[in-house]
Amino acid sequence: MATYSTNEFKGGLKIMLDGDPYAIVENEFVKPGKGQAFNRVKVRNLKTGRVIERTFKSGDTAEGADVVDVELQYLYNDGEYWHFMDQQNYEQLTADATAVGDAAKWLKEEAICQVTLWNGVPLSVAAPNFVIMTIVETDPGLRGDTSGGGGKPATLETGAVVRVPLFVQSGEVIKVDTRTGEYVSRVKE
Amino acid sequence: MRPADTAWRPRADWAALRLRAELLAQIRAFFAARRVLEVETPALSGAAITDPHLASFSTRYSGPGPQYGRMLYLHTSPEFPMKRLLAAGSGSIYQIARVFRDGEAGHRHNPEFTLLEWYRVGFDHHELMDEVTELVKALLAGRLALAEPERLSYRELFERHLRLDPHRSRVQDLAARAARWGLSVPPGMPLADVDPWLDLLLTHCIEPELGQGRLSFVYDYPASQAALARLRPGDPPVGERFELYLNGVELANGFHELGDAREQRRRFEAENARRQALGLPAVPIDEPLLAALDSGLPDCAGVALGLDRLVMLAAGKTSIQEVIAFPIDIA
Repeated sequence: MATYSTNEFKGGLKIMLDGDPYAIVENEFVKPGKGQAFNRVKVRNLKTGRVIERTFKSGDTAEGADVVDVELQYLYNDGEYWHFMDQQNYEQLTADATAVGDAAKWLKEEAICQVTLWNGVPLSVAAPNFVIMTIVETDPGLRGDTSGGGGKPATLETGAVVRVPLFVQSGEVIKVDTRTGEYVSRVKE
Repeated sequence: MRPADTAWRPRADWAALRLRAELLAQIRAFFAARRVLEVETPALSGAAITDPHLASFSTRYSGPGPQYGRMLYLHTSPEFPMKRLLAAGSGSIYQIARVFRDGEAGHRHNPEFTLLEWYRVGFDHHELMDEVTELVKALLAGRLALAEPERLSYRELFERHLRLDPHRSRVQDLAARAARWGLSVPPGMPLADVDPWLDLLLTHCIEPELGQGRLSFVYDYPASQAALARLRPGDPPVGERFELYLNGVELANGFHELGDAREQRRRFEAENARRQALGLPAVPIDEPLLAALDSGLPDCAGVALGLDRLVMLAAGKTSIQEVIAFPIDIA
């Protein structure tokens, strides 16, 4: 992997620190009137999501992290691992629960997901921004209420629970924004 | 309109650009009233600054004339030729110079920026601090409220903020202090040189607090950080150098100027040796400057003030890019 000088640092650059891959969030150049210059860098740990601050002497280098984002198709879950396929070369990759994290509840078979690979292994999985899912269980709404005010919980086919308007019923298909976990609309089949 | 359609426009707004012009006019009036002569010196020189922490841009002259093929360096400050003028009998002088430093960019840095540099014959560094105070107060009057200025020696500064004596601390003391502060210590910090550790503590722990709402001068630096200042014997000896801070921003650096040609040559050579130890190219030493010092530099003090930073503070901005028409990324 390439090494990067602090002069090449910028937001989004992926580097290795203490054996973990990090993404640079912010890079600040500081220098006393005369003397040693430093780069104060905020970096996000790509495994844990934690943001920490690190300082480098200006001109020093950091090893690049082999981290790439790819689009993979979700295939199935075998009880322990989530299986994905690269639609370009049909190669299959497995991700563990740490990598899939909160995305698990939004994963429907055949969905196209953005998967971050570190050294070719899934590091994190992002669900599609919007998913279309069937409601498997929700309380019957009050008769005549069509305003949507208030809402009620609804369990989706993947087990995710979202708040839906009172008029939405079991068996209906809805669109959900996975970034906020919020109901967007009903979807006509 | 697509964003690309406006990319040619200046980054600074008109208020900032007008403020810059007003401050330049005020500066010229300030020095005219004091009979300090405005001068211009070359931006290109056959010699460069030896300081390992400064990187000069260089270019090669392609003729015509006997200078054909000569390596030329863009000045990082106009200090050396201005001292040649002083040695030649100019009396007190000032210059508003565009200077160039490779490898420096950020909210407070642009590789090309404007320095106001001036020299006062017969002043020491404390008298020059008085004049810097008068000038900066005049320039900021009605623009930024200032409390009474303060002056702290480098030692007092470290004692106040970190409870340690910068002149007598060892690397392990400074490293322990950095750890207690919770600093992330950069990899590859030297074990035998205290200065980078002092710089680390200064930039990370002290500078952001310095000069909040007032002009804060720091003076009498460790001898190893004297640069072009004269040393005052003592225990320990200190460099008669000062820095000015305002609202956490380093604004100016000044010296009671070293006039000893032999001592200056020794420092240049030591810095060039240090450059090579760090894997940096050695640069040509400014022989005309040394000859001028040898012939006699009048007792004087000099200071360089970062004009872009001053405009930034006067304009209430947080980065110098907001007061430069075309910073490096759109230059």
